[in-house]
Amino acid sequence: MLDYNSIAAICEAAKQKQTTISALVLSDQAEQMEIPEEKLYERMKKSLHVMQEAVKEGKNPDIRSTSGLTGGDAAKVESYAHTGGITGKFLNHAMARAVAVSEYNAAMGKIVASPTAGSCGILPGTVVSMLEEGRCDEHAAVMALFTAGAIGMVIAAKASIAGAQGGCQAECGSASAMAAAALVELAGGTPAQAAHACAMAIKNQLGLVCDPVAGLVEIPCIKRNVSGIAIAFTSADMALAGVESKIPVDECILAMRQVGDMLPCTLKETSQAGLAATPTGILLKKQVFGEI
Amino acid sequence: MNVFDIIGPVMIGPSSSHTAGAVRLGRVAWKILEEKTVRADISLSGSFAQTYRGHGTDKALVAGIMGMHSDDERIRRSLALADEEGLVYSFKALDIRDAHPNTARIHLKGENGAECTVQGASIGGGNILVSEINGMEVSFTGQYNTLMVLHYDKPGTIAAVTNFMAYSGTNIGNFRLSRPKKGGEAVMTIEVDQDVDESLIQSLRILPNVINVILIRAI
Ligand code: SF4
Repeated sequence: MLDYNSIAAICEAAKQKQTTISALVLSDQAEQMEIPEEKLYERMKKSLHVMQEAVKEGKNPDIRSTSGLTGGDAAKVESYAHTGGITGKFLNHAMARAVAVSEYNAAMGKIVASPTAGSCGILPGTVVSMLEEGRCDEHAAVMALFTAGAIGMVIAAKASIAGAQGGCQAECGSASAMAAAALVELAGGTPAQAAHACAMAIKNQLGLVCDPVAGLVEIPCIKRNVSGIAIAFTSADMALAGVESKIPVDECILAMRQVGDMLPCTLKETSQAGLAATPTGILLKKQVFGEI
Repeated sequence: MNVFDIIGPVMIGPSSSHTAGAVRLGRVAWKILEEKTVRADISLSGSFAQTYRGHGTDKALVAGIMGMHSDDERIRRSLALADEEGLVYSFKALDIRDAHPNTARIHLKGENGAECTVQGASIGGGNILVSEINGMEVSFTGQYNTLMVLHYDKPGTIAAVTNFMAYSGTNIGNFRLSRPKKGGEAVMTIEVDQDVDESLIQSLRILPNVINVILIRAI
């Protein structure tokens, strides 16, 4: 049985068994949870479908959050994506998906917290993009979510996946690292390459603070889901090109924990500093809570 | 922890603590009342009191009180649904001493006159910590399947319940008894590892001195 304390150990086990991280994790989880593999697979497939539904619903131009602060941007990105923008159609459509799911979440839509509600647009922005752009089939996409889940379990055990504990590096940073590993697997990379992609994604978001305006999961959360997917895609491509992270992934996770512990409370979901404490951030807060 | 704690839960946004956790708190109260709620008075403490509207915590609590789960798409419209069903609700801020920042105290009245009060907090990730039920101190998180056994504090009642559970092959992970008054109403909170069968609950309900048995399922 796997103990989910080290990504290196998971990769090593996958290598020894000459299998993918996802297949290894699925069979291990079936054993640990005492539930047949097919059932776990079906459950994960349902989660994938919830993600796809959220992508679709979130692109509605009329969508607005409960607070009224956000909504409608996914529709803008989606229609712009058809032009190819600067970075091409693939990434622009993926960005639209990430925004769509995040905005849908803020509008009380149904989402899959992965690992959290605040970072729920990152796996849809990456894994669902691969599926919907014809880069993989549904089975591979479902399996990739097991890979992502395994990475998240290690991060949760060794660092944190809660903004209140570790800052946004723990939420969007973790989601992005999970997505990077999943993307490598979807593109046919090795478990070792997945681990390098994961390490690069963490390194790029180390220190990211959690400073939501008015304490709501909207500003800056929604846009951080977009940067989260961009980092996941570039990290995956780097790893697939053969680039390695000089700092091993498990050490990156420990660094994330250390940085998270050192972040002051004011930058861990309390909305007392950072963007939440800017003049505009404070003004928006007053607007939402009817003080002006 | 398993892989669905990371890829999951499937929930209604925007925040696991302000919506998913709040639905579950409301649902605990609904389960305890066991009849159609006609009136809900909800007091909010700490950050719940300040941010409940922007987060939809009010909708989430009312949805839970109406028996919805945290992935129910009707949560968004729960206040309108409550109006339609004749459920009167009120919210007010209350300073509860030493309480977790996301604490709610829910008082319900049922159509046949039953009443109950539940106090609990949403402690993150959709997890809750229920601290008080009808004035009795309890403590359970909802991370595990939890059985609440309301009973009269009479000799042999605890043994009867736990023996029955052992007999049915249910492993108890955690047990806690709250007994404000000797011989009066008391509550056992029992966290179990496995799934709990409806038949087990029914069997426990008919044991002598057991008033009611409620199952709060893990997320
Ligand atoms: S800023 Fe905070 S609340 Fe927003 S996604 Fe990041 S960790 Fe979550």
